Amino acid sequence: MSIRILEEKCIGCGVCLPVCPFGAISVEDEKARIDPTKCNLCGACVTSCGFAAVELLQEEKETVDKSEYQGVWVFAEQKEGKIAAVTWELLGEGRKLADRLGSPLSAVLLGRQMDEAARELFYYGADRVILADSPQLENFLEEPYTEVMVEVIRRYKPAIVLLGATTIGRSLAPRVAARLETGLTADCTGLAIDEESKNLLQTRPAFGGNLMATILCPNHRPQMATVRPKVFPPARRDESRSGELIKIDYSTRRLPQRAELLEIIKGDGPSMNIAEADIVVSGGRGLGDPKNFALVRELAEVLGGAVGASRAVVDAGWIPYPHQVGQTGKTVCPKIYIACGIHGAVQHLAGMQSSGIIVAINKNPDAPIFKVADYGIVGDVCEVIPALIREIKKVRGET
Amino acid sequence: MKIIVCIKQVPDTTEVKINEETNTLIREGVASVVNPFDLHAVEEGLRLREKYGGTVTALSMGPPQAAEALREVLSMGVDDAVLLSDRAFAGADTLATSYTLAKGVQKIGGFDLIICGKQAIDGDTAQVGPGLAEKLGVVHVTYVKKIHSLEDNRITVERMTEEGSEIIRFPLPGLITVVKEINEPRLPSLKGKMRAKKAEIPVWSLQDVEADEEKTGLKGSPTWVMKIFTPEFRGGGEILTGGVEEQVGKLVQKLRETKIV
Repeated sequence: MSIRILEEKCIGCGVCLPVCPFGAISVEDEKARIDPTKCNLCGACVTSCGFAAVELLQEEKETVDKSEYQGVWVFAEQKEGKIAAVTWELLGEGRKLADRLGSPLSAVLLGRQMDEAARELFYYGADRVILADSPQLENFLEEPYTEVMVEVIRRYKPAIVLLGATTIGRSLAPRVAARLETGLTADCTGLAIDEESKNLLQTRPAFGGNLMATILCPNHRPQMATVRPKVFPPARRDESRSGELIKIDYSTRRLPQRAELLEIIKGDGPSMNIAEADIVVSGGRGLGDPKNFALVRELAEVLGGAVGASRAVVDAGWIPYPHQVGQTGKTVCPKIYIACGIHGAVQHLAGMQSSGIIVAINKNPDAPIFKVADYGIVGDVCEVIPALIREIKKVRGET
Repeated sequence: MKIIVCIKQVPDTTEVKINEETNTLIREGVASVVNPFDLHAVEEGLRLREKYGGTVTALSMGPPQAAEALREVLSMGVDDAVLLSDRAFAGADTLATSYTLAKGVQKIGGFDLIICGKQAIDGDTAQVGPGLAEKLGVVHVTYVKKIHSLEDNRITVERMTEEGSEIIRFPLPGLITVVKEINEPRLPSLKGKMRAKKAEIPVWSLQDVEADEEKTGLKGSPTWVMKIFTPEFRGGGEILTGGVEEQVGKLVQKLRETKIV
């Protein structure tokens, strides 16, 4: 792909300058100039120009016969024999894409003696399940998993492969994509099929959520993406469904594996995993004092939710880093997010603004957190939280 | 022990703001910084060197001005730094970046351990570390929060997972990506700053690292950015009124309507 200014058309009006997200355009001698070291070829300037003076040339150089690659695949993540929740979400979204393409939906499951779980994948919409079975695949490790994924992708040639943007998915997907020399888009929050080209349109946040980008992988196959958990609704379970099971026995073969998993350590209960929780209660500097953080914990406990925090209080040592919500912490997408004494820096918003319902409690009515909140309470968190806990208990008839 | 730390110069996204009139990103005057996660990678490299001896080399790919980021980590105490910079590298996606960095690593020569930050804060992909390990054919482990031990050329690390953590042991050479929890990065010393100021940072081009032009930069990138747009920020909702009791009463009512609470 390349971009150029058609000098005979450019009048140097400068309309394209502020449009460029990368600050790559300047006007010199009444003509726009594009700095190629900054330009990302996003095409924002092309649409902004009223004189059709910017030309974006897309080379169509196909490296594979795309017609050979058919179908949508979902990587069914499992831990200790249990399928991860994101798999149901991927199957729901994968079903829609497969229907748009008029092609089948497959799930790929790697593990040990997972036949029972494979049936669940049919219930949630898979037309076909590829089950790779081996004691070596019982727990995730990059090397054997990469080996098997690459092998089955090469054999069955899917057009699209979706994985959850989880610890496993975000480690496995780039390794598989690099071996296949194909494109991979991280942390997608939107997926669609382009009407004309049938390419996968992959939308994801960038620059800490300040911008959204739609990414294409036009000339390579498969098109791979990791998808952020909790963004898409899970598929509906239907026990009357079934499909074709392809079971591949890897137990007779030694897969490459140099690393050993020595131990799995469970964290301190469900409050650890803020990324999976339905309700997250987060605290920030507005609590005033580290001991007031107990209020946040108590509210989370009453609601059966997880405890989150802003970067400011994590940096101040009030609560450990795994609880941090935001760009340099975790992205969460609970059904309810309650921000207590959190100002709402853009980095924090990037990590929580796709939550279902956002409640903000802050004494500063101008705090940016109110701009994204569905319900706001302007007041001192140290008064509001105890009142809220009392009210919840009262309504439940616990007091 | 030969350690390579990969770093990226990124715009300080904490300073990135949106122009509300044009709905575009304001990048003017936004400082460039070393990707925060990479500082933890540098720190871990330095700690390993202090414990086991050896060298720490910083490697980056970027425009010529990315040398400033390398100078910053030199001032923290890394032994030397290399910048991969060539017009042919521009516009690289994570696959092309992984390939180019692998060529850089090969030119540096052997290594025992490569350390990367968990992800860069501008792209947030977390894909280059694993991609680089694949291109080099070594083991990788992501989200490392602790190095437990290093003996007989085998390293034992603890990886953060959704539920807790995992202890993994693997033989070197290998690659790890690290999370913030692993350490607290040191500040540059005055002596370090003086040394960094004078340091020569070699800049290697496409030819220098013997890379295939078809695999670098935009040409080597299977993914293309088709469109960039500003997200629709959620509209502000309702500010609940009344005294504290009345406000929380209204809130609980609203939350109960969702049937989640």
